[in-house]
Amino acid sequence: MDYLKSHIDLNELVIDMRKITKKFGDFVANDCIDLKVYKGEVHALLGENGAGKSTLMNILYGLYTPTNGEIYIKGKKVDIKNPNVAIHHGIGMVHQHFMLIKPFTVAENIILGIEPITSFYQLNMKKAIEDVEEISKKYGLYVDPRAKIEDISVSMQQRVEILKALYRGAEILILDEPTAVLTPQEIKELIQIMRNLTKQGKSILLITHKLKEIKEAADFCTIIRRGKKIDMVEVSKIDENQLAAMMVGREVNFKVHKEEKRPGKVILQIKELTVEDNRGISTVKDLNLTVQAGEVLGIAGVDGNGQTELIEAITGLRKAKSGQILIKDYDITNKTPREVFESGISNIPEDRQKHGLVLDFTVYENMILENFRKKPFSKKFKLQKENIINFSKKLIEEFDIRPKDENNLARSLSGGNQQKVIIAREVTNDPELLIAVQPTRGLDVGAIEFVHKSLVDQRNKNKAVLLVSFELDEIMSVSDRIAVIYEGKIVGIVDAKKTTENELGLMMAGGGYK
Amino acid sequence: MLKDIAFIFGTTFMYATPLLYGALGGVFSENSGVVNIGIEGMMTIGAFSGAASTFILLELYGNALWVPWAGFLIAGLAGCFLALLHAIACITFRADQVVSGIAINFLGPGLAMFLGGRIFGGSGTTPTIPLEAKLIRPFDTILKGKPLLGMMLNQYISVYIVFSLVGISWYILYKTKFGIRLRAVGEHPKAADTLGINVYQMRYIAVLISGFLSGLGGASLSMAIIANFRPTLVSGQGFIALAAMIFGKWKPQGAMWACLLFGVTTALQIYLGSPAVGLKISTHLLSMIPYIITLIVLMGFVGKSSGPAANGIPYEKGKR
Ligand SMILES: Nc1ncnc2c1ncn2[C@@H]1O[C@H](COP(=O)(O)OP(=O)(O)OP(=O)(O)O)[C@@H](O)[C@H]1O
Ligand SMILES: [Mg+2]
Repeated sequence: MDYLKSHIDLNELVIDMRKITKKFGDFVANDCIDLKVYKGEVHALLGENGAGKSTLMNILYGLYTPTNGEIYIKGKKVDIKNPNVAIHHGIGMVHQHFMLIKPFTVAENIILGIEPITSFYQLNMKKAIEDVEEISKKYGLYVDPRAKIEDISVSMQQRVEILKALYRGAEILILDEPTAVLTPQEIKELIQIMRNLTKQGKSILLITHKLKEIKEAADFCTIIRRGKKIDMVEVSKIDENQLAAMMVGREVNFKVHKEEKRPGKVILQIKELTVEDNRGISTVKDLNLTVQAGEVLGIAGVDGNGQTELIEAITGLRKAKSGQILIKDYDITNKTPREVFESGISNIPEDRQKHGLVLDFTVYENMILENFRKKPFSKKFKLQKENIINFSKKLIEEFDIRPKDENNLARSLSGGNQQKVIIAREVTNDPELLIAVQPTRGLDVGAIEFVHKSLVDQRNKNKAVLLVSFELDEIMSVSDRIAVIYEGKIVGIVDAKKTTENELGLMMAGGGYK
Repeated sequence: MLKDIAFIFGTTFMYATPLLYGALGGVFSENSGVVNIGIEGMMTIGAFSGAASTFILLELYGNALWVPWAGFLIAGLAGCFLALLHAIACITFRADQVVSGIAINFLGPGLAMFLGGRIFGGSGTTPTIPLEAKLIRPFDTILKGKPLLGMMLNQYISVYIVFSLVGISWYILYKTKFGIRLRAVGEHPKAADTLGINVYQMRYIAVLISGFLSGLGGASLSMAIIANFRPTLVSGQGFIALAAMIFGKWKPQGAMWACLLFGVTTALQIYLGSPAVGLKISTHLLSMIPYIITLIVLMGFVGKSSGPAANGIPYEKGKR
């Protein structure tokens, strides 16, 4: 234990969850889990999608009541019936999906629930703003208290979430996948913030799928697999491969295996495309690009350089201002999403909850969202439920979607399994061109391996794949060619095997033309 | 000419008043996330209860000063009663809020006519209350002998109350702890819940306030503008109030301007239809004006203005 940082106190257990079990109906999401967190440490919680991490944290925060088990905080047994009790015991939580009120200001969001007041229940906004400025300074988390949430960036919103917890006097912070939505630079800043906080005696529970971050930020790590605790390890004594193996229960292959392949004829051709965003600014400008059969073309770039508008224009969600989009010489410029789909393009969208799934439909209904009109799912205006169920069962098996029940609502699945439903549906369309935008955001390493394999399989079947991602590792390992997008233009196309992270980084920042 | 303007001015405020009560009620309910299309029904039961209870109290206690006030209060409570049903259905049992609202709109008039028939006989019309037992006109003595000012400002107390309520509602919604919590619950109930705010409780209170105000709105018809309740009295004003609330972007001040707009159309309709002006247009056509304006407003603006984000969505604890 001699590597451990000096501010960690191994004599003081701040959280001690014992034999926690949580059932949803018959389904056991947490099965007799123990979790111990020391004062001053960053404790990582690692597990596959759907392993039960968020569930366990929601129990600790009083959002779910455990079916069984006990919780001790600083040695005292507690009964956390609701978030108020958790807050009272110094627990704060930053949720996987932010809990912020968009039209409210930063200060209003932070004080909500414990508002400073003057007489007559009148809000004391002046004090609220001063308070926010004060803690914001104390912990080095700069925010503008008067800005509205809807006007600030995601990483700023996350700071607001952290401040919200600190404002309530949190000693123990739960961060549920805080880095999934951040850029690499912002992740560095967040890790720095976490270090500041632990130095001041706070303890942090960190959920992340990125093993690199665990190695960098965490002291101890508890590993959960399918609702059961596997082990608790000291992070400095273990490497990434071992962590991954413990979490998935088998060796994980980080390298994507790809055979040499000669790309075939041109499938997608984009000519001089210009697209405007909602504010009327051209975020895609005279862009040219081709994708061939049998290749994965990766688009690398910093978020906000026109990727979203480009994909929306191709898939028919946004009007192109000028230019042409051809699929196998067939013009799909400004066609409807349905026509685009019929022309042979499938899409794994960026926001899976908004554009990929109907959350209140069952898994089997989501499986046929695009094809419900066609045989064998529909005959003479009537859906053929039996065929649909059989089809779904097959996909659930093939793509290992958990839990294995086609009658679940999409909403009840964990993020990773929601993504698998979309991928299963889109890949079985057997499209000429498969578009995938950030397909592995929020997924565990096992699921990432699976998604990458699915994309490469498409390529091997001589189909075209267009991949957009902000993760350089992903772009470099999956793509054959990499196009770098900067300010709405493709500023260079490189061979994935020959390029380096540095070269790409430079091009993404607008330097160096190729 | 001056007289005409004064007439239109006064009538505008008079007719905007019941709408504004309803619209303010809608503002509270919908800012907490509960759609309330039952305003019409709540106004109807309020109109009936106000007029009926005032008449009964008059019989029992004679012409005391407090009688109209008691009637006014009872009208509010009657609205509250229907609102409670709406709240139980929508909040506790998570029923479809539109369906529940429609049920309230059947229940309100039905109940009013049933009780009216039972108590007073006939088709549900209540006996007329005498002038002294109507709501008071606070400036009656001051404005005596000033015909122009009188025409404009000698209004029933219900008018002055509702326009002060605009300011009070704004203050409550935007400047108090209660208000910020109420709006939080309407925007993102789960976020509010994680901060220890009781979503169900906030929504119940908001819906009850909405019923109370709508009930008062009904009474401002049956105890001020006229002096009894009849089944056709409210006839769609609850829906116009709803339109005004949407047009006013779910804000008290906005709702006020919208109600004044509807009020002025009604005033114009009455003015143009009066024999003094002598227009040869059917009064039936003229009386369509407010409804047509409602339609136009709803078609033109509903799409663009969006209300509280969680408006109309039942909240379920522990759901993802
Ligand atoms: N409210 C609920 N009702 C029914 N099932 C649920 C509910 N919440 C979670 N589950 C199920 O419990 C399991 C664990 O979910 P949980 O969200 O804890 O996973 P996770 O480890 O956080 O996954 P991810 O990494 O994808 O966020 C999943 O299979 C999920 O479908
Ligand atoms: Mg989770």
